[in-house]
Amino acid sequence: MLWGAIAAGAIGCYLLKLAGLSLPRGVLQDRRVGSVAALVPVALLATLIATQTFSTGHHLTVDARAGGLGTAAAAQLLRAPFLVVVTLAAVAAALIRLAG
Amino acid sequence: MIRNALGIGVATGAYGLSFGAISSGAGLSVLQSCVLSLAMFTGASQFAFVAVVGGGGNPFAGTATAVLLGARNALYGLRLSSLLGLRRRARPVAAHLVIDESAAMTLATESYRSGRLGFWATGLAVFVLWNTATLIGAVAAHALPGPKELGLDAAVPAAFLALLAPRLVSRRLWLVATTAAATGLVSVPFVPAGVPVLLGALVAVVMGARPPPPGGATGGSG
Repeated sequence: MLWGAIAAGAIGCYLLKLAGLSLPRGVLQDRRVGSVAALVPVALLATLIATQTFSTGHHLTVDARAGGLGTAAAAQLLRAPFLVVVTLAAVAAALIRLAG
Repeated sequence: MIRNALGIGVATGAYGLSFGAISSGAGLSVLQSCVLSLAMFTGASQFAFVAVVGGGGNPFAGTATAVLLGARNALYGLRLSSLLGLRRRARPVAAHLVIDESAAMTLATESYRSGRLGFWATGLAVFVLWNTATLIGAVAAHALPGPKELGLDAAVPAAFLALLAPRLVSRRLWLVATTAAATGLVSVPFVPAGVPVLLGALVAVVMGARPPPPGGATGGSG
């Protein structure tokens, strides 16, 4: 099932790329299409951050991951590079678990 | 131009290392992580896929999330096709390389020639380094202790945060982000794993169907 989902995702993502290069430009002129398309990544990423940090299974929780996210936000505000943001978050969460 | 392309390739290589490690932490095999990088080849979608799978969601909910995030590549393609002047036969190959980085490099240049060079150089550099880094990250993470001891579960939202932050350039986008996140969280106890993320996307569809006046929010490239 995991392989099937990987294949379907890869094919879907590829077809979207190909469609972009193949479709007439006029599709972009529809303001609604453009507007939704600009908002979807923002909404998805924000929801992923929230659910990956504050839930376990079907329960809402606050644990070491919240400390990791806070650290990442601080690093991001200081314009740290991607790998630094991610690594600091992991280290912070690991340290909080060690201490707890 | 080539040097810029390589620079971007190296930067995304670093990002590929974290993808390989996080993907392993989510329970994917080295082969599965590498196939994702080779065949899906669009970073945010790959991170989203492994996040849903790692969170215990139905893998096909991961597919839906990945494909929704991949929709922005179609928008890049629409803007790139006239700039690249692709022959019919080159199009299927070029399509695979349409990602954030190659689109940004192409759209940032002024001339037709440097735009084309930027697209192919960036696309190929990122492809090679992204896939090499995924393999290294995945193998390394499999050799190390459990994902929780390493804090890898906290690395996932941090990666999404780093992808999201540069996009939050207007009040409207902040509003969409917070509404979507709240919707997702509230639904967690009631719907199957993986579905809260899709409900978050629904917020974008509802709010995007009422576009702001021209000159308002855009948040496409990154």
